[in-house]
Amino acid sequence: MSIAKRVGAPRIVPTRGIPFPAGDPELGPEQERAWRRQLLERALHAIATPVTGPTVFDGDSVQ
Amino acid sequence: MRIVHYVNQFFAGMGGEDSAGTGPELRDGATGPGRKLASLLGDEHEIVATAICGDDYAASHAEFAAELVAQARERGAEMIVAGPSFTSGRYGMACARIAAAASEAGLPALASMHPDNPGLGEAAGTTVVESGLTARHMKDSLERFAAATLKIAAGEELTAQDGRIGPVARTNRFAQDSAAQRAVALVLTRLGGDRDASEIPLPDFDQVTPAAPIENAAEALIALVTEGGFVPFGNPDRLESARATKWVRHSLDGIDSADEGAFMSVHGGFSTVWANADPNRILPLDVARVLEREGAIGRLHGEYLGTTGNGTTVADARRFGMEWAADLRQQGIQAAILTAT
Repeated sequence: MSIAKRVGAPRIVPTRGIPFPAGDPELGPEQERAWRRQLLERALHAIATPVTGPTVFDGDSVQ
Repeated sequence: MRIVHYVNQFFAGMGGEDSAGTGPELRDGATGPGRKLASLLGDEHEIVATAICGDDYAASHAEFAAELVAQARERGAEMIVAGPSFTSGRYGMACARIAAAASEAGLPALASMHPDNPGLGEAAGTTVVESGLTARHMKDSLERFAAATLKIAAGEELTAQDGRIGPVARTNRFAQDSAAQRAVALVLTRLGGDRDASEIPLPDFDQVTPAAPIENAAEALIALVTEGGFVPFGNPDRLESARATKWVRHSLDGIDSADEGAFMSVHGGFSTVWANADPNRILPLDVARVLEREGAIGRLHGEYLGTTGNGTTVADARRFGMEWAADLRQQGIQAAILTAT
């Protein structure tokens, strides 16, 4: 995430690990899919939100 | 000298973004800013033709540069100059590519752009002279461009005093002092307040202006892209696992999930065990399809774009990004979700 900010990525959704940006192998299949869905919903929220510089969209910014 | 001058579709008077997909062409004589440039160059030189290409076309078809240089040579070009492109990214990249292709073909060449133009990273092996920030600085920029053109036409080297910018090939030279003495001198210089002093300039990350948000994801065409080394199983394009020099695209039509055995990751910077067991962990296709069916995503783009982000040079990464943006824009995509490893 610090790299994403430093190179100026405008909208950033933090995830849980470099080898699985859209997953979490610690979880069971159903739970992992629910987590992936949350990440994508955050991404959809992010691309519909105005920003002026690198902005992190974590769980708090999603209703 | 017989000179061919490159400009984009806008400065050729063909239109703005609506004409950015226009392919390459050569037109007789000077056009647009080339007319003023021709008068500044005097009677010794003539702009025999103007090479033109749309910005989106140039950014997504790198071969346009070699094509235009070949056409220019057929017209008897003895030198090729490009720009000024100010801070316009796609235009700057096109100017750098044209000048680099001309240099490679053995013709003297020169591009003009602002030092912040991301195209500067593409200018390896050729010469770039500084322009102003925007077309408001056209007059000054053309004067400097013309002076640099005259110097290169005369077979002279351009220096920083002439406004030369961008990568300069590293050459060996003998230093007066030993490495230890130079290191201490550098520390003292930095302690003295010059925080940027260096014998080896580092790459610069440019500023990115965030795109405006989309109005409604439920009505948007959205693309999935990734730098996670995500490829069809078996890696048919032989995408590199490190220091990628290319990117790939593959159709997602009719595919509901990135299943094990259908896709894989060739990323060399982390263990791909988890990615290969469920490639949706790199490209979240399964859930994106669910959201598309439910109506939260208007429509998912029918293909993904991908590369490997592992030790990739800044110049290559910048080029991939600009090529992706141009490609996606041409296909009417409104937003892209990039999974990064």
